[in-house]
Amino acid sequence: MLAPVAHILPLTTVRRERMLPVPGRVTVRMEQKVNPLDVVAEANYGGEHLLIDAGHELGIRPQEAQRLIQVKAGDMLSQGDVLARRTGLGLQTVHAPASGRVILVGAGKILMEVGATAFELRAGMPGMVTRLMTDRGVEIKFNGALIQGVWGNGEINIGLLFPILTSPQEALVAARLDVSLRGSVLLAGTCSDPAVLQTASELPVRGLILGSMSPTLIPLASQVHYPIIVVDGFGQRPLNEIAYKLLTTSAKRETTLNAEAFDRQAGTRPEIFIPLPVTQEPPTPNEMESFAPDQAVRLTRDPHAGKVGTLVSLPPGLVAIASGLRVAAAEVRLDSGEQFLVPLANLEVLV
Amino acid sequence: MPGSVVTSDSLLAVDVGTVSTRAALFDVVEGCYRFIASGQAPTTSGAPLKDLGEGARQAIENLQTITGRTFLGEDRHLIVPIKEGKGVDAFAATFSAGAAVKTVVVGLLNDVSIESTQRLARTIYSRVVDTIGLNDKRKPEQQIDSIVRLRPDLILVGGGTDNGATRSVQHLLETIGLACYILPPENRPALLFAGNKNLAEEIKSSLQNLTLSLSISSNLRPALETEDLQPAQIALAKLYTQIRRSQMGGVDELNSWAGNSLMPTAHAEGRIIRFLSQVYDSSKGILGVDVGASAATIAAAFGGELTLGVYPQLGLGEGLASLLRYTNLNEILKWIPLDIPAETVRDYIYQKSIYPASLPATPEDLAIEQALARQTLSVAFNTLEKDFPRQINRAAPGLAPYFEPILACGSVISRAPTLGQSLLILLDAIQPVGITTVILDQNNLLAALGAAASRNSILPVQILESGAFLGLATVVSPYTTVRPGTPILTGRLVYQNGNESQIDIRQGALEVLPLPVGQSGRLHLKPLHHTDIGLGPDNTHDAGFPVTGTALGLVIDARGRPLHLPSEPARRHETIKKWLWTLGG
Repeated sequence: MLAPVAHILPLTTVRRERMLPVPGRVTVRMEQKVNPLDVVAEANYGGEHLLIDAGHELGIRPQEAQRLIQVKAGDMLSQGDVLARRTGLGLQTVHAPASGRVILVGAGKILMEVGATAFELRAGMPGMVTRLMTDRGVEIKFNGALIQGVWGNGEINIGLLFPILTSPQEALVAARLDVSLRGSVLLAGTCSDPAVLQTASELPVRGLILGSMSPTLIPLASQVHYPIIVVDGFGQRPLNEIAYKLLTTSAKRETTLNAEAFDRQAGTRPEIFIPLPVTQEPPTPNEMESFAPDQAVRLTRDPHAGKVGTLVSLPPGLVAIASGLRVAAAEVRLDSGEQFLVPLANLEVLV
Repeated sequence: MPGSVVTSDSLLAVDVGTVSTRAALFDVVEGCYRFIASGQAPTTSGAPLKDLGEGARQAIENLQTITGRTFLGEDRHLIVPIKEGKGVDAFAATFSAGAAVKTVVVGLLNDVSIESTQRLARTIYSRVVDTIGLNDKRKPEQQIDSIVRLRPDLILVGGGTDNGATRSVQHLLETIGLACYILPPENRPALLFAGNKNLAEEIKSSLQNLTLSLSISSNLRPALETEDLQPAQIALAKLYTQIRRSQMGGVDELNSWAGNSLMPTAHAEGRIIRFLSQVYDSSKGILGVDVGASAATIAAAFGGELTLGVYPQLGLGEGLASLLRYTNLNEILKWIPLDIPAETVRDYIYQKSIYPASLPATPEDLAIEQALARQTLSVAFNTLEKDFPRQINRAAPGLAPYFEPILACGSVISRAPTLGQSLLILLDAIQPVGITTVILDQNNLLAALGAAASRNSILPVQILESGAFLGLATVVSPYTTVRPGTPILTGRLVYQNGNESQIDIRQGALEVLPLPVGQSGRLHLKPLHHTDIGLGPDNTHDAGFPVTGTALGLVIDARGRPLHLPSEPARRHETIKKWLWTLGG
């Protein structure tokens, strides 16, 4: 049976496509080294539009107005430029209300795009450009540690990792944040206090990694300008042991947070990158796995949510669990030696 | 058995849900269609495969293992029709996988064409992101900017009565056309026009090249007082498949296997409910409910007229976090018979939205999951109920209309650990009135039957009567305004063998009289104190009502309509536990 997969890896190679939402221009070259905040492509995106009804302005029929229009699609105009002019006794002129580009002209109307803003696509990860997709984006290759999360606030940044927890379940409080943490990427267990996010914003920090977060913080966390990545889920769940060990042993390393939204259809997840030097390129992790013995698995739901164990066996058929449901399940053993049945639906294979 | 009316065709039906893909096999056994078996696999419409065909193949392979038959060739393509003893005679497919389709609704007046077009949007897995109409205060360029920013997958346009004025609709269409022109070709939406038929040709010539796919249907509001959604619903179901083709792989292949009849699961469920309403010619409505990961779907048909509502925002999967926009934590908490803090329920909702396929593994989690099912179903039913035909029978305003039967699917209901839990979820959420049979679709066959109904009208009827669906209970839900504890119903249940059970019901009670599957009886009821059992106050049938055996038997739900739960938590918990215990745990 196909299994959901998440990556928590001390050393791996990953390739990620970074794509513009609309066609634009790629600004990097092949094999160029990039940092997470580097712009790799840009496009004009989402300008506002103006629809000027020349016929209405001139008080004439659309067909007549169409003949008087003096601009065409593609023209760049400055504010005040003449769009249409009616000569003779009733001299009247229609001017461009703002600077911009003519998109379309027809039926006595002019559609203009004004105030187009440049959209800059950032690399989102450190690495090397390994593929260029004309007008659309790039592929970037990364070597190092990779930790995927389950929730991100959409921001990207890079900084030195600073663990501020003594155990995976330690709750982060605002008093723990002081000026010495300014510019760091913080690692903590759980958080349910809005003051933490506000104080971190004021310092400011370059990022925050949490094992879990109260869902009541989502609105605030979505507004702050530093990346927040939740690794294991919502509520008061400890940071899983593998991520805890990997991240706490990476203190003071340069760490990138790409807090992209978790989108199953698109295949995007929030990701933490810690670049490491390699002499030989480590293998790329599998994106697809079937459940099998000896796999490392993360338990996603209570009573063991956030725990990491080893899949021991896959009993045939359906088995009854404590809730009374009969489900396909796996026997899972934790590091503590504790062993129990877990619904396959509540497991994620860590590779 | 009437072998003559049954063509000896086997049918394989696949339903691709958000979480699971199921393959069900139907075949002729002793002259009648029977459900043979089903196979299941995880849905693969999302990353990394982004191809729902792989999940479909795995579900079919699972079915091959179960049945020992071969449906796929060595190239893993479906063999249809049968060749050399391998494959199936016919294939049907339905799907609900994928995020809700972002939809912009366009019409003229809010309470006329816009309302009808919104109703149309609710018949597929859609999320209305903007509504544009005559009363919209925005300038055309602001409406254009909104569409460009939102990048809808679909624009639904209604408006204008047939042969009526066209100018206002033309203005709106000009705005839509400009927005589509600005959007990059790969981001252009599909468009369905179901307004003034006189504009059809003009729309074809002006918008054909500016949309992903253009569909023109007959007017959903041909006259001011007339609404006819059915042709537009059929066109929309087809257009939905077109939209999904551009979003996920495998749609074309599945559609080709199905002879171009791939359809949204909810559409197929609606078809079978309408079909049954026509076949059974009941004076009551027929109700189908489906609480799934992708959406809560309600289909109600009265005299062959279908009212369908699909609510992706009320699904129990990825979109679950949005539930709190439509209800509040207290409304969910009230259904939980355990002392669970509100924060825990909130955390559960958000954790489930991260792991939509996950299952409740503890009794506490199960209680939360079932409370969520009650609340989503209740919100969905009460929302759609406003669209039911006005002339239908009810015991009192604000109560559910009379239904016979109620069909329920969705794992949270149909695969609850006990049948009592399944029934109580349905009774609490729908609060039916009168006498009704509750049927469980434990094998998720409803959509398959809907997809098959158009090409084989015998199959759904024979499958429904074959035992593939579980008769859960015959429920009597009296309506009365008397105080709790007052006697409201007396009577007797006479079994086939002549034995009798006496019935004396007081307001507030929930009681069960066993009548196992395979047995039948006659129920004699005498309402007291103006109690209504669906025939009007104090009315009954002197000859009694025929009752057939079901898994739980005869359930008399006199807890009150609408149902009021004790406000004090400990008492409420005890009350719900008592009800569950009454229904067998």
